[in-house]
Amino acid sequence: MRDVAVIGIGCTPFGEKWGSSFRDLFVEAGTLALDDANLSGEDIDAMYVGNMSAGRFIEQEHIGALIADYSGLSTRHIPSTRVEAACASGGLSFRQAVIAVASGMEDIVVAAGVEKMTDVGTGASVDALAGAADREWEGFVGATFPGLYAMIATDYMSRYPLTREQLAQVAVKNHYNGARNPIAQFQQEITIDTVLRSSLVADPLRLFDCSPITDGAAAVIVAPLDRAREFTDTPIRVLASEQASDTITLHDRRDISTLDATVAAGQRAFKTARITPKEIDLVEVHDCFTIAEICAIEDLGFCKKGEAGMLTMEGVTALNGDLPVNTSGGLKACGHPVGATGIKQVYEIVTQLRGDAKGRQIDGAKIGMTHNVGGTGATVAVHIFGV
Amino acid sequence: MSVARFWRKIPQRYNLIGTVCKTCGRHFFPPRSFCPDCRRSGEIVEYKFKGTGTVVTHTIIRTASDQFEDLTPYALAIIKLDEGPRITAQIVCTPEDVKIGMRVKGTFRRIAADGASGVIYYGTKYVPDE
Repeated sequence: MRDVAVIGIGCTPFGEKWGSSFRDLFVEAGTLALDDANLSGEDIDAMYVGNMSAGRFIEQEHIGALIADYSGLSTRHIPSTRVEAACASGGLSFRQAVIAVASGMEDIVVAAGVEKMTDVGTGASVDALAGAADREWEGFVGATFPGLYAMIATDYMSRYPLTREQLAQVAVKNHYNGARNPIAQFQQEITIDTVLRSSLVADPLRLFDCSPITDGAAAVIVAPLDRAREFTDTPIRVLASEQASDTITLHDRRDISTLDATVAAGQRAFKTARITPKEIDLVEVHDCFTIAEICAIEDLGFCKKGEAGMLTMEGVTALNGDLPVNTSGGLKACGHPVGATGIKQVYEIVTQLRGDAKGRQIDGAKIGMTHNVGGTGATVAVHIFGV
Repeated sequence: MSVARFWRKIPQRYNLIGTVCKTCGRHFFPPRSFCPDCRRSGEIVEYKFKGTGTVVTHTIIRTASDQFEDLTPYALAIIKLDEGPRITAQIVCTPEDVKIGMRVKGTFRRIAADGASGVIYYGTKYVPDE
């Protein structure tokens, strides 16, 4: 297996991009990544693209070919492959690119992620997202995604001393970070009161506990580590690339409040990278809902079950804390174009490890981690990066 | 959901027909035809669930997909059936009254419909059983 490095990154601003099409978004992200690596399309050997549901959102399938075509690569006939794992599509797309390079099959590979969600109304969007859970035995009976995570929150709060205010602080912290990220969908800081006064979506989760519906795309380029300096002065090493699966339904999990796939992928990643959680300088976790960030911090092994709410309130996960979590603003404030999120997480960690994150920079950051979840935890991708 | 896709699952949705492994006694809903514990030594037969169980966790859905929007707010729960499997289902009562540990029983109800003239989907919801 060859060592792999990230040599280029690009990301569109996230938001409700009424003027941009699906094609516009990924071409913009791809161009930014190529420019960043000083590459032309001639140098690309293969592409992977994470996309959850273009079929539902824009009635378009066959995304791999579409992207290669509109990226100007159709005449070179490179392999271009769509990767789907609901909200973890981006993380798995990145992992496929890493595997392609590590194996020696390819040298210069693009890992992209894209989702155009606002071309359908909220109801249709909620229904498309429900496809990340079990359509026959969850969606059919009226389960929504916020509803499933709300049931995790109800279970969690009945067993551990998590307060409503601690949960709200996750969103407050992520909005604070988003306000310092120029690509974030939401650039305003909020207070705990903002969260507690927002409308209930699925009890106990309120509107400000939920990540938004977002358009956006991100792309990164990976290459063998021993060639990385041909393209960049600041290659970022991929120290671990791991993935795990679990039951598709929430109700079949061993423990409703623990994402066992996160535990498994996290443990494998630490083992592969030969480091411990204490050595991680910052982490991007999958906070599709505030409760999801609480579970992620614990399930990745950064603290014991039941402690993450208290640590969040104490500021441990804030920009100036011991373990900054979601410096990008996370899914909550940076936005959540589902297929693009896993790649945006890589974009953020690489930006931080290069020292380019400006107002949200974690000084001296050397090791970062990404955690991308599909559905309610049926798929998890975890990556560790180092300078 | 297409007519065929719904029709295929009518025994499960209307009558809670699952399966049980006679080798180890483990019950499955929705039905499985292969016991993950006993594998090839397992013997799977049909089993009609009693439809009684206990609420494990719950929520109140206030924003739903288009098909369920007219129903909001409604109670949704994960229920542990007395035979062992857990399922997700709606609970028909004042949504705020649902509590963890509450006993519930299945009842035949209309779940959703494809517009004014499309298929009406029936299935099992749960009501308090105390």
